[in-house]
Amino acid sequence: MAKHETPLLDQLESGPWPSFVSDLKQEAESRAKNEKGIEYQIPVDVCEDLLGVLELSFKHGRTHWKHGGIVGVFGYGGGVIGRYCDQPQMFPGVAHFHTMRVNQPAGKFYTTEYLRNICDLWDLRGSGITNMHGSTGDIILLGTTTPQLEEIFFELTHTYNQDLGGSGSNLRTPSDCVGQARCEWACYDTQAICHDLTVEYQDELHRPAFPYKFKFKFDGCPNCCVASIARADISFVGTWRDDIKIDQEAVAAYVGGELPSNGGSHAGRDWGPFDIQKEVIDLCPTECMWLEDGKLMIDNRECTRCMHCINVMPRALRIGDDRGCSMLVGAKAPILDGAQMGSLLVPFIKVEEPYDEIKEVIESIWDYWMEEGKNRERLGELMKRQGFQKLLEMTNIKAVPQHVQEPRHNPYIFWKEDEVEGGFQRDVNEFRKHHQR
Amino acid sequence: MDYEEAKEKIVAGLTKKKSKSKFYFNDLAKILDLKPRVAKKLINQMVTEEVLEYWSSGSTSLYGLKGAGKQAHAEHED
Repeated sequence: MAKHETPLLDQLESGPWPSFVSDLKQEAESRAKNEKGIEYQIPVDVCEDLLGVLELSFKHGRTHWKHGGIVGVFGYGGGVIGRYCDQPQMFPGVAHFHTMRVNQPAGKFYTTEYLRNICDLWDLRGSGITNMHGSTGDIILLGTTTPQLEEIFFELTHTYNQDLGGSGSNLRTPSDCVGQARCEWACYDTQAICHDLTVEYQDELHRPAFPYKFKFKFDGCPNCCVASIARADISFVGTWRDDIKIDQEAVAAYVGGELPSNGGSHAGRDWGPFDIQKEVIDLCPTECMWLEDGKLMIDNRECTRCMHCINVMPRALRIGDDRGCSMLVGAKAPILDGAQMGSLLVPFIKVEEPYDEIKEVIESIWDYWMEEGKNRERLGELMKRQGFQKLLEMTNIKAVPQHVQEPRHNPYIFWKEDEVEGGFQRDVNEFRKHHQR
Repeated sequence: MDYEEAKEKIVAGLTKKKSKSKFYFNDLAKILDLKPRVAKKLINQMVTEEVLEYWSSGSTSLYGLKGAGKQAHAEHED
């Protein structure tokens, strides 16, 4: 018999999809049975009380959580998010229900031993409820009490060599795609730079001094598997400067049907024979491909790296050899005020250790945003408020055609005095010699 | 500016403001009249020495004098 009646939550289990309610009930049962004989350090019935408070919120149509707090681990301004229930007498198990964010390994590579250790620690000192992973990429441990925070932090750092992630007005935990570890399209080693910048910017990650959150995300290629372009304040999207490599024999094999298109991923039903004209050439957004005597030709100068042709015919087309990344800035995906895509700031930069050039761009952006950004203003909002030109000036980057979103978008060009020969002063008498009043 | 001077300024500046007990980082940098990067080092030290404490909503971080405001009591953390 459950501790609280939860008819509204039970209804959620009736749908065809997996339900978090069933998961919570399962965890509640497992904690109650305690077959492993764990000495639980927080209330055993935390999951029951969590279900109870959620049911009450559904009934009342309002939340019973208090948001935020002073809790944290010593010296860190992020990584712990205070949560308190405003009905502690009714639900003592969740009177404290703090969240901890754990910095996920680059590329999210785990061993089962690692996962087991994290889960055992969380069963002992937390609610046992996790979120793998939060939208920023961290491992989210949901629900513990204040006295457990330092204990968990000690175990994580000393026993498991792990660290907390970012929260609050901090650099958030950098995240990346699986990169060159598994993917032939990765134009740079995403895991190497993700790890390097995480270590380099520890202070920014743990001690909040930014106007608001700040996110880095690393995508190895323009397929953008971590969607950096849509949600990172600075996104690093892999690209190449030279030509797409074409294996004409493999092109012929795709056309002849010997090789399945899209790596065979649409094999679930018969779509008919592969039609290169219809499925590749006609879909090229810049129309830069054509067939000549049965050979596939690409005008690489027009290619915008949409990746479609490479995705459809991975054996025939490969990314170029002169590889690096593009840096885009100002993306955000908030609930309020609307989402914004990244704007291209650096069209191409080499990604090579020790990443000095990249760090220079990052730090100039931070200097600008920390000084000019209003409280709770994301970089993308600051850019909109002050203009892209100002960002170029502050980062010392010269305007290039790639910065232009569309021609004739803004007919007003504002010159600065030092950009104009002779400044804004002129000799009126000299002018009158050629122009009557 | 040395640390002791900065600490005095911050404590005086924050004690003066009666209506609020939590402040943005920028407010503190303004009190010190320093660039954010420089102010950060001093403010961090004040947190380490427990003159200041962090408050976080999860999305935004604020700073306050240690123990100031209702928060600690309301959360049974004092």
